[in-house]
Amino acid sequence: MKALKNYFNKVKPNFEEGGKLHAFRSVFDGMETFLFVPNDTAKTGTNIHDAMDSKRMMSIVVIALVPALLFGMYNVGYQHNLATTAGLDFWGMFFYGFLAVLPKIVVSYVVGLGIEFVVAQWKNEEIHEGFLVSGILIPMIVPVSCPLWILAVATAFAVIFAKEVFGGTGMNIFNVALITRVFLFFAYPSKMSGDAVWVSGDTFFGLGKHLDGLTTATPLGIALSATSSTGYKPFNMDMVYGLIPGSIGETSVIAIAIGALILLFTNIASWKTMLSVFIGGAVMAIGFNQMGLEGNAMAAMPWYEHLALGGFCFGAVFMATDPVTSARTSTGKYIFGFLVGAFAIIIRVLNPGYPEGMMLAILLMNIFAPLIDYYVVQSNITKRAKRIKVNQ
Amino acid sequence: MTNVIKIRKGLDISLTGGPSNDIASPAMAALYSLVPDDFHGVTPKVVVKEGEHVDAGVSLFIDKNNPSVKFVSPVSGIVTKVERGARRKVMNIMVKPDANQTTRDFGKQKVSAMNGSSVLELLLESGLFAFFRQRPYDVVPSPGVTPRSIHVSAFDTAPFAPRFEDILQGQEKEWAAGLEALAKIAKVYLGISAKQNAVTALHNKEVTEALFDGPHPAGLVGVQINKMAPVNKGEVVWTLGAEEVLFIGRLLMSGKIDFTRTITVAGENAVDAQSYKVLPGAQLSSFVKVTDLENSRVINGNVLTGNKVQLDGFLGARSTQVTVIPEVNCPDEPFGWIMPRVKQFSVSHSYFSWLCGKKKEYSFDARIKGGERHMIMSGEYETVFPMDIFPEYLVKAVIAGNIDDMEALGIYEVAPEDFALCEFVCSSKVQVQRIIREGLDSLREEMC
Repeated sequence: MKALKNYFNKVKPNFEEGGKLHAFRSVFDGMETFLFVPNDTAKTGTNIHDAMDSKRMMSIVVIALVPALLFGMYNVGYQHNLATTAGLDFWGMFFYGFLAVLPKIVVSYVVGLGIEFVVAQWKNEEIHEGFLVSGILIPMIVPVSCPLWILAVATAFAVIFAKEVFGGTGMNIFNVALITRVFLFFAYPSKMSGDAVWVSGDTFFGLGKHLDGLTTATPLGIALSATSSTGYKPFNMDMVYGLIPGSIGETSVIAIAIGALILLFTNIASWKTMLSVFIGGAVMAIGFNQMGLEGNAMAAMPWYEHLALGGFCFGAVFMATDPVTSARTSTGKYIFGFLVGAFAIIIRVLNPGYPEGMMLAILLMNIFAPLIDYYVVQSNITKRAKRIKVNQ
Repeated sequence: MTNVIKIRKGLDISLTGGPSNDIASPAMAALYSLVPDDFHGVTPKVVVKEGEHVDAGVSLFIDKNNPSVKFVSPVSGIVTKVERGARRKVMNIMVKPDANQTTRDFGKQKVSAMNGSSVLELLLESGLFAFFRQRPYDVVPSPGVTPRSIHVSAFDTAPFAPRFEDILQGQEKEWAAGLEALAKIAKVYLGISAKQNAVTALHNKEVTEALFDGPHPAGLVGVQINKMAPVNKGEVVWTLGAEEVLFIGRLLMSGKIDFTRTITVAGENAVDAQSYKVLPGAQLSSFVKVTDLENSRVINGNVLTGNKVQLDGFLGARSTQVTVIPEVNCPDEPFGWIMPRVKQFSVSHSYFSWLCGKKKEYSFDARIKGGERHMIMSGEYETVFPMDIFPEYLVKAVIAGNIDDMEALGIYEVAPEDFALCEFVCSSKVQVQRIIREGLDSLREEMC
């Protein structure tokens, strides 16, 4: 490490103002702070600082996402094997999924980080780490057959218009990864929804079997198109394990639960938000069960199945808890979470067009998060104003 | 029974290099200096000339805007130099002390025979008034405005802070006289630690007392004001350090000023970490000894709110401690974002310090340990900020320069020091204290 540091120190002048590689300052800076904790010391304010920084925070979130990602890769292979009877073994299925998903991760990171580097250079700032998380979230919330070029366009759109125009990580109003997904969802609906996108019918580097016109419905898709109220797929443990068709990272409740444990254990995600999303979803689903809407299988689906299916868990654990775009006050987090869960189920049940409501529910609540906080903070302001009146 | 106010939010940081219980009385320093920067909000007008002889208690400079506020020399001696910085700003007024100290006599006073204005007049004349701080704005107050109340905290919860109950021993009479005099000016509130039985026992009927129990910042006067009698818009309160109440008592009882403080010198790089009896303005090198000077940071004050000084600098007028920590104790630490880093302290559970108990001491250096970002994590500040204020929103209002929001969110109740722990825990490394200071200054400019 020492030799590397010496090398960095040697080449550093090239990247500074007036150096011949100044145009790559942000890249150099990013690499240096990635390898070494900066030696900069405090100039004002507190003389000592907590060891936590945003790099570590984002890294922990990425680690928390890994179980869901690995399982997602396996499930891509598993679903392919199931639909095409390609005869893959465990590792075959995993590598099939790995080869299917890896290009998406690469595209997402290259496009997103590329834009981050350029913006950091342009604004003469350090690189913001936020995209480390967004970059891994994006491939996990798209169907496996999503073409790479579309993914690249959507990522670029989201990073530029959902984040950088607002001022970068920490200033964005909407969850960047969800903006990517919503962009794909509305701009390329045929690649993002329907029955043909969830299971890959392609070969990857000779692995797997090519099959044209492969269609597999997700359990939520089945429930949406059902004509009777019992038309949903009965609950089974595969829905918990995650061996069902769906977006790459969202299917396994268990893998997501491991991630949730990591996030809660390290205090990086707020348990208040996370718990209230589940409560909101469960309460709403039970409410619909009681209403007994005729011919609506979504309304009749039991609450635990609602929570296990689709992007509910993934959204609750990794998306709703995004500290930047969710409510920031303690009370606000409960309200925000509850409404995310409730709206997700409302959209599922009452909207005939979309089988999944989590994405739209979170984005909707992203808009309302500042309003929720506003009222929470306002109560403190009112209390202070009252104190003046009492004194007078 | 005085009520106990339990402070739950906060953080006690344990650093290596704690002081021993010994108290040393070092010889007089070779040089003393009054640093106008220690008195925020004052425009200094120097009233002595280089080469002039002054007695202890004679003004060195006054406030241009409030000429009755005087800043006096803590020692008698020759004014050797009036040091000026950029734009002729007064940096230091240095006094070389006499071998035999002569102190200006203000005459012994009987507190019971005094009224508010005579106390105030005496404090102004003797330079003791300069120790007051005013909220709002955290500046030296204007003597023309009568405060709603005066707040004193009898304890300090910052790392390595001196224990006031020990300092108080043998000075109980001065303490009582000081508090009584303050009570002539305005209602006095006193915050006492639940553990300070020695102070509680001296129950003083002129003051309103409350016991506080909990981690730092329970000892900060700002927190105590917020819990006992919060500052409203339009109100002015004064605050005073506990030891400075003793200064008043000494003046009243002996007729002469005596600013002798018992401060602690501590920290990993401090030699002979213990208490010292010194005068404010003493050259630090006269009693602070440092190992590895090259890589040390000498801090005037505690690690959270103090400012960096050179070893040949001077003890701050309000400093109750000097802390010496390494500047960088672990250079070029690789892969900070993923390594376990067991030697590092963090409130975050992504480190292991939370498993090691509260007693374990950590070696802290002055590194920021990350790059400054926009505020990302929510709820970080709230965990260490016990006042009934939304710190994050207040800081954001200041950044946005929104005066209405600042007022509504409680800017009048705070001082930068109240936000020191917020700054410590901030994972986005926002310079919260600087922001609050700038907010207070801009607001003061706007309002006054």
